[in-house]
Amino acid sequence: MRAANAIAGTLYYYAPVALLILCWDLGSRLGLLSADLLPSPEATLAAFRAVLDSGELAQQASVSLFRESMGFLASVVVGTVLGIAMARIEWARVLIRPVVTFFYPMPKTALIPILLLWFGLGDMSKIAAIFLGCLLPVVISSYNGARGVEPLLVWSARSLGAGKFGVLWKIILMAALPDILSGVRMALALSWLLLVSAELLLAQKGLGFMIGYYGETGDYATMFSAIIVVVLIGSISDRLFLALMGWSLRWRNLSA
Amino acid sequence: MAQPLGVKKPAGAWFTAFKRGPARFAFGVVLLIAWEISVDAGFINPYLMPAPSAIAIRMAKELASGTLVSDTVLTMYRAFVGFLSASVVGVVIGTLAARNAPARWFFDPLVSIGFPAPKIAFMPLFVLWFGLGDSAKIMMIVFTCVFPVISATYLGTASIDRYLIWSARNLGVSRRGIVWKVVVPAALPQILNGLQIAFPMSLIVTVVTEMITSGGGLGGYMIMAARDALSEQVFVGIFTIAIVGYVLLNGFDRLRRHLLRWHTESMTAM
Repeated sequence: MRAANAIAGTLYYYAPVALLILCWDLGSRLGLLSADLLPSPEATLAAFRAVLDSGELAQQASVSLFRESMGFLASVVVGTVLGIAMARIEWARVLIRPVVTFFYPMPKTALIPILLLWFGLGDMSKIAAIFLGCLLPVVISSYNGARGVEPLLVWSARSLGAGKFGVLWKIILMAALPDILSGVRMALALSWLLLVSAELLLAQKGLGFMIGYYGETGDYATMFSAIIVVVLIGSISDRLFLALMGWSLRWRNLSA
Repeated sequence: MAQPLGVKKPAGAWFTAFKRGPARFAFGVVLLIAWEISVDAGFINPYLMPAPSAIAIRMAKELASGTLVSDTVLTMYRAFVGFLSASVVGVVIGTLAARNAPARWFFDPLVSIGFPAPKIAFMPLFVLWFGLGDSAKIMMIVFTCVFPVISATYLGTASIDRYLIWSARNLGVSRRGIVWKVVVPAALPQILNGLQIAFPMSLIVTVVTEMITSGGGLGGYMIMAARDALSEQVFVGIFTIAIVGYVLLNGFDRLRRHLLRWHTESMTAM
């Protein structure tokens, strides 16, 4: 019963999406939406099946996912370490913060051309674009999180016998985790934007390349199915991250 | 500020003085000098990474010829038009969704799917619909920036203290007046949060759309230079955009504080 309710709730929640698809279908059938401008749902679905069966979609998606995960994970690890170092070590803050505050507002996509020039068509230019683009948001959020850690927590842990590393790992990282994770969530959305942009601009593989390629060859149905796949991957990864965030912060609600 | 882990020796006077003054530029200056020296000494290939001096000279030339200024103006024009349109559309949809149940039912799932998705994937389709000119770029900026505005406006207007609305009604404010005189001002801090997320996004997207489709602007300038392997020009573009971004975002922050000077948020900050 409860499961049935949950399913009904989900269906009701996503009903507007179904409504839009219905309008799209009706518009295509009645000729209101020209097939040259927006392929019909049937054509899009057929094109989706074709690239799914041929294995092309899986291949391009795996290339994109590889680039995405490498660049994103690297920026999270390096950004968190740098941010916490800036919060805890005075000379690091004094030296690095001005550079970070200067480059933080820069539109990160501006780095794509030079990275394409440096690393060319392959994986490295996309990984570097994601890494550099996402680095500063993660640095700033972990800096803000680690800076706000209550000194009392640190002192208590010290007096209970925690070493310097233990304090860093168990107190500072944990107390800063909510801030770090919300920064990482912003970086996640940004990383997809950077990946798709870099792949649209210059690539020989990947989902962004697929969209650009089929757009140029005039196969709009395949292009549109790839667009939908990219949008869904971006949304679903955010959902998954949100679930991970809730799970890793579950201890916070106990005391509140 | 951060607390020391243990008992800390007092910092030397020179360090305190250094922190307050030159430290803000020290690391940047050291980086620039190291960069310059390594290019001159041949550690870095100037074709891949030209020396800062070469970039500065190139920038002066580009400024003198006027193309850099006109490209910057064009990029800012697109970003502003897109951002302002997204702000209006986002505030209207967000307010509507907060005050009207069918609208909330309709927009909620669309926003929750659309907000985190990389909307830039639609760019080839937008080019198909709106052509290669400004309109496709501006529509893309609106399409990207509208989501944080909708979401923030919704959160802001849905959580308004209803006593505020009742008091205003009681004092004779009309139903329409409520929206503009009570709801929007009370939600302003939240709305501005959304705009503060949307604004840098508009610059990010403007630059990319200019790279993907032709038509000038800083993004176009940079991608053309990159295609011709003119790395000096690419770096001129990067520094120009960095400076523009820095100035605009700091300006936005000041504007926010000015607009909210009546709000408790700015009073506690003082």
